[in-house]
Amino acid sequence: MAVGKEIRTKIASIKNTQKITRAMEMVAASKMRKTKDRMQATRPYSIKIGQIIKHLAQANPEYKHTFLVPREVKRVGVIVVSSDRGLCGGLNSNLFRKTLAELVQWENSNIEVDICTIGSKGFGFFSNLKVNLVGQVSKLGDTPHLHDIVGIIKIMLDAYEAGTIDQLYVVSNEFVNTMTQRPTIEQLLPVVACELDENLGGHWDYIYEPDAKEVLDHLLTRFIESKVYQGLVENNACEQAARMVAMKSASDNAGNLIGELQLIYNKARQAAITQEISEIVAGAAAV
Amino acid sequence: MTMTVHVDIVSAEKEIFSGLAEMIFAPAEMGELGISPRHAPLITKLNPGEVRVKVSESEIYPFYISGGLLEVQPHLVTILADTAVRAIDIDEAAVLEAKVKAEEALSDTSGKIDYATAQSQLQQAVMQLRTLDRLRKRGG
Repeated sequence: MAVGKEIRTKIASIKNTQKITRAMEMVAASKMRKTKDRMQATRPYSIKIGQIIKHLAQANPEYKHTFLVPREVKRVGVIVVSSDRGLCGGLNSNLFRKTLAELVQWENSNIEVDICTIGSKGFGFFSNLKVNLVGQVSKLGDTPHLHDIVGIIKIMLDAYEAGTIDQLYVVSNEFVNTMTQRPTIEQLLPVVACELDENLGGHWDYIYEPDAKEVLDHLLTRFIESKVYQGLVENNACEQAARMVAMKSASDNAGNLIGELQLIYNKARQAAITQEISEIVAGAAAV
Repeated sequence: MTMTVHVDIVSAEKEIFSGLAEMIFAPAEMGELGISPRHAPLITKLNPGEVRVKVSESEIYPFYISGGLLEVQPHLVTILADTAVRAIDIDEAAVLEAKVKAEEALSDTSGKIDYATAQSQLQQAVMQLRTLDRLRKRGG
């Protein structure tokens, strides 16, 4: 029977698409578990180093590191952490929208911007805009290593030390839970200490070995690196979670579509049969 | 009761140790340090070597670190290790191999190798082996 041939092929093709999206959903779900573990594993380090920085901000060091001293802002550096692949819902576009809003604000107050991107989506997006792109890394895979991103962090830190940029920000997605990822922008340089530890009142300073400059240099560089790395692994977890959700809804939509098409197909088929019967009956009556 | 201080040892990958201790020994750049509770605030870089955490007279936990930072507050000691492993988990065969490789690289006079990298690799391997040796002497 030739009825609804197009509908049947359409249903078959949607079924294939659904198989693919379902497979991607399952892959993303299992990857999400791993990336989430990795994200949690890096947390203790960044929490501890954050604490040390907090203590440091309360000390009264004889040596003031450039990373700790705010100065007038003429040019800022931004590190944008994005994913390498698409098909993860609005994850990257939300992040870019947030970044763009900030860029516009800076432009209105005559502040120039240097951008470094991590991940190919960010590079693709910002290379099409009229922004000053100073560095990029991409294709880091699901297990990014610290040494992969040290290079572009160094570009920014050197620029800060040389006085080219006066502030450094990192933009990345924060993992709230599987359903929610929040784009966040965080100031890295100059280092801002948030709430203070009351246990450490009074006037005191650390003993530095071998000397303050060397130790602080090392500590602050580590701090920035760990912050960006944390952002990267968190963004990875977000990517997998967002992909899982996006693929789940794609599979569901495909299911709905198949149902509707099936209904149309059945109706058409039934109509054709009814018509054939009535033709036969009419033919028999005529005899 | 003896005085104790809270100790945290973390590496970039995970938390290694967290708890109270009577004393901590760490390989600082300027020489080995012993930290008791209520030590004055201190920040120093660490060399590759063995960190020992003395929880009580009979309990001493050794860890191997490949460098890092040590922060001391009167009530808190934090060690940020580049990589830290419990000394028991060091695989001797792998360490020996690393040592041989580093030595080979150092004796390679063709000038192609990165001298500083090889040197630090050798140092790390030697320190790991020393940690293992001490561990063995202490109790097999």
